Amino acid sequence: MNKHYFERFIKFSIYFIGLIFSLYIIRLYYLQILHGSELNTASYMNRVKILAVPAPRGIIYDRNKVALVKNKPYFSVSLLPLSMGIDIKGLSELLSIDQTVMAAKIKCGLNSLNPIILKDGLFFEDIAKIEAKKSDFPGMIIETNITRNYIHENLMAHVIGYLGKPIQSQLDNPSNDNITKDTLIGKWGVERLYNSTLMGIAGKKIVEVDAFGKVLRVLKFEPPIKGKDLILSIDINAQIAAENDFQGRTGALVAIDPNNGEILSLVSLPSFRPADFTLGINPKIWNKLNSDKKFPLLNRALQSAFPPGSIFKTIDSIAGIEEGIINNNFSVFCNGARHLGNHSYGCWKKGGHGTTAFPRGLVESCDLFYYEVGNRLGIDRIEKYAKLFGLGEKTGLQLSGESAGIVPGKQWKRKALHDSWYLGETLITAIGQGYLTVTPIQAANLASIIASDGKYYPLTLLKGEQEIKPKRVLTIHDETFRKVKEAMLEVVSSPRGTAHSIYTPDIAIAGKTGTAQVVKGRIDTKKQAAETKDHAWFIAFAPVEKPQIALSVFIEHGGHGGSAAAPIALDVIKAYLKPVGAAAKMEQKEVQQLESDTITDSDLLNPPNEDKDDED
Amino acid sequence: MKTNKKRLLEHFDWFILLILFLLCGIGILTIYSATRPAIVSVQPNFYIKQAVWVGIGFLALIMVVSIDYSFLRSIAYPCYIIGLAILLFVLIGGQGKMGARRWLNLGFISFQPTEFFRLIFIIALAKYLSSFKGFMTPKNFGFAVIAFAIPPFVLIMKQPDLGSGLILIFLFALITLARGIEKKFLIIMIITCVIVVPIFGTIVFDHLKVYQRNRIIAFIDTEADPQGIGYQIEQSRITIGSGMATGKGYLKGTQGPLRFLPEKQTDFIFSVFAEEWGFLGASVIFFLYFLLFMRGIDTSLKAKDDFGKMIAIGLTFMLFIYFTINTGMVLGIMPVVGVPLPFISYGGTTLIANFMTIGLLINIRMRRIGLLY
Repeated sequence: MNKHYFERFIKFSIYFIGLIFSLYIIRLYYLQILHGSELNTASYMNRVKILAVPAPRGIIYDRNKVALVKNKPYFSVSLLPLSMGIDIKGLSELLSIDQTVMAAKIKCGLNSLNPIILKDGLFFEDIAKIEAKKSDFPGMIIETNITRNYIHENLMAHVIGYLGKPIQSQLDNPSNDNITKDTLIGKWGVERLYNSTLMGIAGKKIVEVDAFGKVLRVLKFEPPIKGKDLILSIDINAQIAAENDFQGRTGALVAIDPNNGEILSLVSLPSFRPADFTLGINPKIWNKLNSDKKFPLLNRALQSAFPPGSIFKTIDSIAGIEEGIINNNFSVFCNGARHLGNHSYGCWKKGGHGTTAFPRGLVESCDLFYYEVGNRLGIDRIEKYAKLFGLGEKTGLQLSGESAGIVPGKQWKRKALHDSWYLGETLITAIGQGYLTVTPIQAANLASIIASDGKYYPLTLLKGEQEIKPKRVLTIHDETFRKVKEAMLEVVSSPRGTAHSIYTPDIAIAGKTGTAQVVKGRIDTKKQAAETKDHAWFIAFAPVEKPQIALSVFIEHGGHGGSAAAPIALDVIKAYLKPVGAAAKMEQKEVQQLESDTITDSDLLNPPNEDKDDED
Repeated sequence: MKTNKKRLLEHFDWFILLILFLLCGIGILTIYSATRPAIVSVQPNFYIKQAVWVGIGFLALIMVVSIDYSFLRSIAYPCYIIGLAILLFVLIGGQGKMGARRWLNLGFISFQPTEFFRLIFIIALAKYLSSFKGFMTPKNFGFAVIAFAIPPFVLIMKQPDLGSGLILIFLFALITLARGIEKKFLIIMIITCVIVVPIFGTIVFDHLKVYQRNRIIAFIDTEADPQGIGYQIEQSRITIGSGMATGKGYLKGTQGPLRFLPEKQTDFIFSVFAEEWGFLGASVIFFLYFLLFMRGIDTSLKAKDDFGKMIAIGLTFMLFIYFTINTGMVLGIMPVVGVPLPFISYGGTTLIANFMTIGLLINIRMRRIGLLY
């Protein structure tokens, strides 16, 4: 063997070995020093997963502490974002989700600490099959979530509202840092309005998992904090009475406690099933709701304004008395029509009322009487008084999309229609027609202000939450109110009153009917097509001496206020003032049933531990 | 005779033995940590088995040291033929693990004959290469290829064990290169290799098993499929990198016990160590190996005869190739080839064979001065 060659070979070998070691040390430096913290994070993300523990929302009660909405658990099937062993095909078969959809979902959530939700909104019956196969799918977990249990189904759907997952802009809002894309938040009604009160704070379970998704231990558990309960001012008895009485008709009803502005009942029909929305609405139901010509998703009580018709005559009366127009000497001869230029302005009563003074003008709702009152007041004063009673402005109840309605005036017309004001328009405004529009909640508020002798309380859906200070007190003489109230009482009590059909000796109800024309002119009611029929209105308060409830009833294309709307008001007043008998019994029964079938909050706070038997 | 023994002990290589035990100790501790159970409180006994094998290995080492390596010259060829026969027998009657027949079951013990065969191969090749003077002639080389390279390569590839097969060919090339080939012939050979290897490589690749092909694909593009074949490499990268400068601390590593890192106590043991001891610890291990290889090369230089030189350089290269492939793989700069890290990876056969390797190196170094009386 050539010694010289061998030694040279050895020298080269040492260089080569040295080179390899240098390369490896550089690589080691690259991984551990240069990319160390990044790979350390990757190693942390491998084993640590964050499971959200949803907070139960606060329970919503009515003013009598009867639960309107409770909580119930539902389940979602999620996958821990593991780096191995995901059987997409098997999972898609088990959960009957399209394989490509599933693969996209999983790919999307893989670089996260949170589980990927594969299927949501499952209940006990759906979960059994999945639970049985759980061990075949490493990393698959079944999470307990909390949704609403709508005890009363559709009842006051527009008040309660519904829940849903947040939209992107809500997630981006920094004040919403406690919600995730899977948190159910209020989307409509008081669920939305008082979301921050009801929601509570979600807890967190930080767990350590192995490569196969087995939960090894809980590193940290932050228990959820339950949301605060809410006691609404709504009276369930009044609400049930109201909703039953509509019998499928379209319309709205708002009842207010005139002593403090608390909403006792708020109806908008037709409505919807909140349960359909909360766990993601089925597109079929959604399309059906949206294409429905009766707009069930519209909260008519405050989102739409209609001509008030004769209920506006209450304001005319107050204005007329206050301005000295209506006095003992003032009367109008009604022959059924008033002529102005080429136009003829009719009274609803064909033959006319003959010589009419106050209170008969109001009791029998004589149009010609109020044409003259309006004529003497002039549009400016009509506008001023209408606005005093809160018309033309939002009541500020803060439920979504409240409409302000329109109180027309000279300025308004110039701005909106670029035209000057005509006397004829003053006349039809005086009888609540023309440009004038009012929402049912404004109409109820009007009744409430009259009932309380001019106290305009801020409206609220919460019971006893606010200090009862009126938003404003109208500077109108009590005497004026007394006169108008007496007249309104006669509307019901007098045999000639337009709402005499609901007269009952038990309760002194004061009211005013309204029949708002949809098409101009007087047409025989029987021949009218449904969609051109008059709107029926009724505002009332009771008992007259010491009013406890003021309300408005509105029935879209319902015909006459006296015959269509007033009976509903009577039932609601009765249900609210006498919460005894059937209603009370039902309430009791309901409470018992709820206690038995609704899970308790402590169940929700401690969802069943996954892989409990694996923990040692 | 007494003086001989005394002189032999004076030249005993305590240094390499110390490195050997340091590495084995690190191995046992790291195996303990890597196989820590995540939930159940019973520690699997891998580390105890490894300790037992270290003991058996040490006995084997003493046995190997006590016989003058010159004696091996006389039994080299018969042993080589028996070795080939065993490899053939493994193909017929061996036991399969993960699609390859590598294990031989002798009733009371099962082992991988390939591990021992490597030693026999080096000794036999060394005997042949030391049987003539001067550079190798093409004739010598041709004979060596036919007698020592092709038969074992074919048998091992049939198992199939791509890694061991390629290591054997690489080892053959290095040993013959160390022996020295005529320059003209060497150049022709290198040129031929450059032309032939890619063609041959393509043919081999086409005939590889799916898992073998996947390993190569995974090495080339780790990001291609993080769920599947690139997973091991990615997890090994994460495991090593997460150790950062000083490591997570002993028994604090998570990647192994939580089963993110596969083959944690065998092929990927270095990653587990690097996770717990960081750049600092990994550098220390590298330094120990570097010292070991330098000692092996030094032994080869000091050996008293060509036979000893050839064996020593062959064994050192063998260990070096194992080390390079294993750490290169876990560092993500070599393809995933199932090769253990000498002395540290869990595994009895390899460990005993490696003890015998060190035993031979000590033997050769100890007998470097002719004891001619």
